[in-house]
Formats: sequence, structure tokens, C-alpha cells
Amino acid sequence: MKEIVILSGKGGTGKTTIVGSFAALAQSKVLADCDVDAADLHLLLSPSERQKSEFWSGQVAYIDRDRCTECGLCQELCRFDAIKDFMVDPVSCEGCGFCSHVCPVEAITMKENMSGYWFISDTKYGPLVHARLGIAQENSGKLVAAVRQQAKQIAESEGEDLIISDGPPGIGCPVISSLSGASLALLVTEPTLSGMHDLERVLGVCRHFGVPVLVCINKCDLNEGNTQQIESQCLSQGVEIAGRVPFDNIVSQSIVQGIPVVEYSNGTVTQEIERMWHTISARLRNSSKE
Amino acid sequence: MIISVASGKGGTGKTLVATSLALSLKHSHGVVLLDCDVEEPNDHVFLQPEITGSKAVSILVPKIGEDKCTYCGRCAEVCTYHAIAVLGNNVMTFPQLCHGCGACSYLCPEKAISEESRETGVVEWGHSDGVGFIHGKLTVGEAMAPPVIRKVKEYASNDGTVIIDVPPGTSCPVVEAIKGSDFCLLVTEPTPFGLNDLCLAVETVRELNIPCGVVLNRAGVGDAGVQEYCRKQKIPILLTIPLDTEIARLYSRGIPLVEGLPEWGESFRQLLKRVTELVDERNRDTEW
Repeated sequence: MKEIVILSGKGGTGKTTIVGSFAALAQSKVLADCDVDAADLHLLLSPSERQKSEFWSGQVAYIDRDRCTECGLCQELCRFDAIKDFMVDPVSCEGCGFCSHVCPVEAITMKENMSGYWFISDTKYGPLVHARLGIAQENSGKLVAAVRQQAKQIAESEGEDLIISDGPPGIGCPVISSLSGASLALLVTEPTLSGMHDLERVLGVCRHFGVPVLVCINKCDLNEGNTQQIESQCLSQGVEIAGRVPFDNIVSQSIVQGIPVVEYSNGTVTQEIERMWHTISARLRNSSKE
Repeated sequence: MIISVASGKGGTGKTLVATSLALSLKHSHGVVLLDCDVEEPNDHVFLQPEITGSKAVSILVPKIGEDKCTYCGRCAEVCTYHAIAVLGNNVMTFPQLCHGCGACSYLCPEKAISEESRETGVVEWGHSDGVGFIHGKLTVGEAMAPPVIRKVKEYASNDGTVIIDVPPGTSCPVVEAIKGSDFCLLVTEPTPFGLNDLCLAVETVRELNIPCGVVLNRAGVGDAGVQEYCRKQKIPILLTIPLDTEIARLYSRGIPLVEGLPEWGESFRQLLKRVTELVDERNRDTEW
């Protein structure tokens, strides 16, 4: 089974637009939205919910005020400044449990934390696994891992041989969680100095975890000089450019309609995304021969 | 006053707003810009600051003194993050999983565990054109942004105006960056993606009890969903920036909006004035 993850480093470069289009173009696949903080892929795929599950992960300390003698040891030892006036701030608590182990009167217990939901939905393009991390929750990396695991199980039981994942922005915990062990990463960038700077860092993460990469330059006509610079930098690092997609307001219009852009328009954007998908699927086929 | 600039969705214009707001105030006293998007910091691209100092960010991870260790397994038992494993007469640590809570070393009955620093990032500071500047950079391959964000915030002084550029999303790095702000500007765009992620961002700042207002970027595309939502939720739209090729080109070249198009300076100063009024109003209300 193959798994391609779409990442970018910088947010808002067009990951979800590209994944939505791949959903419409790829034959047999399962879709996974690994941006569990701010999931948007479902807005393009009109899903109908098949299953909703609670995601329990991590713990939060709770102080029983009746038992607490206000000795202050927990406050002194907590490295996350999560205990003030003998009360736990659940947002700052990292769930390490140190306080519960040291409390001399056993006034502190660790409570399981419901930190979000994950969903399996049906779309006309195939099954979609997505999630919603609770507000201000931790463990986004673990929720991403849960989404990927579900997607794999569905692919196995339904006989699909490809998973397409929409990744989160950044380079930290949820990105690493959505990247590790993937067959291929497509890095969507834009020809802005910020986009180029962020591409360099996310490329570093892919290299660190040994995942092969392709690059897509989105809104490539926004700054031709920067686009050329990205191309030459990729060339010098042996990174293939899989596609160049021009800027077009048609993309915003398709998002407003809630339709993947390749199904909304026949214009240049669609042609370029189709060409890019062709390149990527050839690459995925070849990698299975290796 | 501390103003954070957040968004939920990435790429809506946080950096554009944070850098232009800071630069529009450069003639007033004590303006500091903190770039807390430590995974992908970009404010330095626009400010080109002169960096005058830096310090490594480390977390404390366990170091096992094998001569004292009796392989009792207590450390592995108390480690929630599975960063220590004891197998027979062998102790293994996994520093990448360690959150640096210190439980293992404190609770080891033989006092066999000391702690050593492991570098996960760096904080750099300096200034640019009268604006104080601090940013953090998470080392590539590292997972945990919050310790680096905490350090960036430690280096900020509290007088004057502090502007915080927040990472995208709604989880722990965002909370770490926004915590303690007097006001949060939420930058969004008028599309269903922008609206969906704005709703999540609003829930996050409300959870933290921080007042917020919206900056609507790329106005002119998309639909009216964001405006309708703001009206219903009584969230003020404090600044509107149109979808404009010239603005996008300046951004692509790393030129701050208020430098490329100086007429925007006044809009950002007005934005600060509105924010100050809203914060004062709220403080009066809480006093009463």
C-alpha cells in the first residue's frame, strides 16, 4: 500500500485545494485529513458521516481540595507552572503525573482526558478519515496517528491501495506524525520569500525522516523570479518539481461552491493539477517496483 | 499591552499584519515584535533585523548513572511519555519522547538519574528600524514547539506594546503563544476555509478569556460568510485588506505592507487605537 502526504511548512499555500483535486482524480484510494487542528478537506468533499469516535488521550491532574494540606510540593516541582494556589490549570498541565506521584497525602489523581473526535465518512470520491482536536488540547500528534491508522485499516479491508493525506502546516509534532513512514511527500510551496524559507525547513524534516519528496509551486506566476529560484534550488538538491500551478480566482470560487477545483473548471489550474497528478501517480507506481 | 495575531488557518496574513502593525508604531516608545511561530518563523524575512544576541533552548532529559542503577524500573513506571524503558539489566532512554518533567530523576530511589540539557531550538533577539525583535526557531526534526515559545515570551519586557505572531492551528503551540495577551487579532479570509478555521480560533481565545477582533484579508474574493458570522457573534471587524496584486507582490518579495505602500501606516495606527479602546473598555467593565 502507498501513502502520499501533502505538506507545506507555511500554511495557506494550497494543500487542501490540491488534495481535494487529487481526491477527484485518483482511482482507488482512502482520504485522510491529518490537519486535526483546523481540518478543511471535508468542506470540499461533502462527506456523510459513517462513524464518530471519541479520542481519549493523555491525562490532566486533579487536586482533591478536601485532602490537600497545601504543603506546596506539587507547585514547587511542576515544571510547566500548571499549579497555582493549589489548583491545576488544565491548559498548562502536560499530564506528566509527577505531582500525583509526590503528593504526600495522595490528594492528586490523574484523570483521563477526552481530547477530540475522529470520524469515518463516505464521500463520492471514497472513504474519508478526519478528526477534530478539542479546543486548546494537546496530543495532536497522537490524533494524527489515530487518523492514519484508521485510514490504513479501511484501505486494507476495502482493498484500496493508496492513501492520500492532507497534512498540517509547520514542522513540529503533528507534521512528524503525519510524515513518518509515508511513501512520498508532496511539498506545496508558493513563490514568496516566506514560502521559500518554510519549504527549506520542511524539506529538512522529510530528509531527516527519510521520506522522498516532490515539490509543487502553487501561484507560480505571483513572482516569476522567486519561482525560478525555487526551481534552481530544488534542482541543485535533486528534488523534482512535480507541478507549477498559476494563481486564479477560480480556486476561491470552487472553495465557496465546496467542489474540488478540477471538477469546477476546465481552465489552466485544472490542466496543471491533472498533469501533476499524472507525474505523481507514475512516481508512486515506480516506487512499488523498487 | 500585549496583542497577539492569530488565525486558525495558515497563510491568511498573520505575518503581514504583525510586521506592519509593529512597523507602523516604530516612532512610538517600546514596540517589540515576538515571532512565536517557531516551526516556520518568517517575521525576520520582512524586518531584516540586526541580531544582537541568541541563546539555545534546551529541555532537561534523564541521564542514567549505571553504577548506581539497580534496574528497579521505577523511572519507566512513572514516565508517562514512554521515554525510559528498563529491560533486564539494561536502561534505555528516548530523549525525543521526553517532555522534561523531571519525575524520573526525583523519584529514583537510588538517586541514579541526573539530568542533562538537550537542545531543541534557539531564541534570537535584536532590533530593526526602532522595533525590538525576538524570535524562536525549533530545530528541524524536533517535535515540541511549546518550550521554545515559552522562552521567546520570557525575553519580552512587559512595558510598551508587545506584538506576538502566533503559529497557525488551535492546539498547544497556539495556546502557549496567546496566553497572557490583552487582545487577540484574528486574521482570516472570506472563504469557507477561512470561516471554518476562524470559528475554531474564536473558540480558542474565548476558552482563554481573551477579547478578540477580526482582520479580514483578501477581501473581494469568496463569499460573505465571515461577515455574517462576525455580526452574529458580535465580533468587530477592525481592518479590511483587499485582495490586491500589488500587496501580494510586495509580500512575495518580503517587503512589509507599510513600507511598500506607506499610506497603510495610518490604517494600522488606527487599528491599534481601536484595540486599545476595546481593551480599556473591557478593563473598565471588569473593574465595575
